[in-house]
Amino acid sequence: MSIRRRIATVVVAFAVFAIAVMIWAPTVGSTPISLARAFDRSIPWDDNVDAQIFFVARLPRVLAGGLVGATLAAAGVVLQALLRNPLATPFTLGVSAGASLGAMLAVSARLELSVLGITSIPLASFAGSLIATAIVYALASSQRRGLSTNVLLLAGVTLNAFFSAVILFVQYLADFAEALRAIRWMMGGLDVASYVPIIAAIPFIVVSFGAFAMMTRTLNLLSVGTEAAASRGVDIVGAQRLAFISASLATGAAVSLGGPIGFIGIIVPHLVRLIVGSDHRIVLPASALFGAAFLVLCDLAARTVMSPLEIPVGVVTALIGGPFFLWLLVKRS
Amino acid sequence: MRFFRQPPPLGGLFVAIFVVALSAQSPKRIISLVPNVTEILFAIGAGPQVVAVSNYDVEPPEVRSLPTVGALVDPDTEKIISLRPDLVITYGSQTDLQAQLKRAAIPFFDYRHGGLDHIMVTMRALGARTGHVEQAEKVARDLEAAINAVRTRVAGKPRPRTLLVFGREPGSLRNIYASAGRGFLHDMLVVAGGEDVLTDVDRESAQVSTEMILARKPDVILELNAATRLNEADLKAVVDPWMTLSAVPAVRNKRVIILNGPGLTVPGPRVVDGIEKMANALHP
Repeated sequence: MSIRRRIATVVVAFAVFAIAVMIWAPTVGSTPISLARAFDRSIPWDDNVDAQIFFVARLPRVLAGGLVGATLAAAGVVLQALLRNPLATPFTLGVSAGASLGAMLAVSARLELSVLGITSIPLASFAGSLIATAIVYALASSQRRGLSTNVLLLAGVTLNAFFSAVILFVQYLADFAEALRAIRWMMGGLDVASYVPIIAAIPFIVVSFGAFAMMTRTLNLLSVGTEAAASRGVDIVGAQRLAFISASLATGAAVSLGGPIGFIGIIVPHLVRLIVGSDHRIVLPASALFGAAFLVLCDLAARTVMSPLEIPVGVVTALIGGPFFLWLLVKRS
Repeated sequence: MRFFRQPPPLGGLFVAIFVVALSAQSPKRIISLVPNVTEILFAIGAGPQVVAVSNYDVEPPEVRSLPTVGALVDPDTEKIISLRPDLVITYGSQTDLQAQLKRAAIPFFDYRHGGLDHIMVTMRALGARTGHVEQAEKVARDLEAAINAVRTRVAGKPRPRTLLVFGREPGSLRNIYASAGRGFLHDMLVVAGGEDVLTDVDRESAQVSTEMILARKPDVILELNAATRLNEADLKAVVDPWMTLSAVPAVRNKRVIILNGPGLTVPGPRVVDGIEKMANALHP
């Protein structure tokens, strides 16, 4: 089979799975609803509970889950290739810690501004992720020749630790209810009940995915080694810059939408590689599609398993992801 | 094992004298780490004995000039001990502090939030502990009477199914926290003549999804807001996000009611004010 055929086949298979999950997920939930009623235009909107459950409570949730899942999984693939480190995640380079600090500050300052319907916490967390990205980028490119992945990694890890310390400090000074609210935000949540934050995140994610799509071959070469890539005529520094900035931007948008939901960015890429091999032309789209389906399914569990109580979706991904990853680790060694 | 079966009579006598001496002497230097208990102490007349309070204490105004000694998660043990208290009001989860107080031989009162009745229980227990039995009894009875008055007033009226919200992300319907089927917020709602839509959830609070709110169809949504004053624009900004859920009877019938003001839900002597506000909102 030619590589093009193979890419097409695999991507179509993953797309079918993702779409099936995304269509099925909003039809199930903690409350049984009548789909016929939900889609019945003759019932006034204000009287149609089934329609509101479907279109206000579930559909935005599933769409947000799909978007965040796809983004985190794809960003994970990009960063693992960029840093040539299988343990890299979208959160390795400080983006999520920056976002969390932003959210924590917005919560504790009781910030209540809103821009075009986007509320203070998503705004502040996105700003935080941009600041973190800028700091890490500035540090990594301060050396004379290009972007150092080592510095990138160390700067990211250090910034993560530093921001976490600042978060703890702000949390310590905040009052009890605020601290709790911020902690809850960090567990992730997709019950957005509105399309506005989803629409706001889409441009950043689409631009980043455009960048991802352009660099799949480069990622193949980068993941072998920068010398090898350079010998094949790749503009290493440019590629690294593009990879880092696009992955960070996408992650920042995803985190501001759903909170720092862990494990998606690491287990999905690895699982997909197990199934389809390591060619980024396949791994990247397949991971994005599988990440979308995986997070939507995790959120389905989060909203139904303990109903009427919710389980934070980040807890579900970690509960499934942790043991799975360990199994993967043992199986490979 | 003879020692245990037949304790030396003299030792027993000493213990007895010690216990009598302790109970006869009411504490003179009380430190309260629990703001609502501080309010109870002042209400029952033990205010003058209070020498320090937690960082979050603001009521009654007298406490604002008292030294502060940390709070729930970060009590300043050193400062507490240095103030030589003879009674420390601790919260049930402060086990480390309690262990340290034990080692320092400082008596403590172990408080935990409970239901509405627990406020009166706490008043009476503190009355006995601080030497204000009569005043505590009076305050507890008055509070019971006031609560019962509200109960009587709303008796027989239809009980609207109510969602009592006490937290959410500003400007959105995300991370909504509501009172569930247990605890004093739930009890307040019931006394005020509402039926809690989360009464089957045996917890003090629950995070509720928008789906759950649509499914449970509350007639009234009562939302607590800590802001001291809300002008019309503020109020609109607070209520607006709810309009998304227009199929919820409370939203459709404009019965999303914001109860604002500090101390609305402090389980202490002021609790009846909060209950009355709730009753007025539910039964205008």
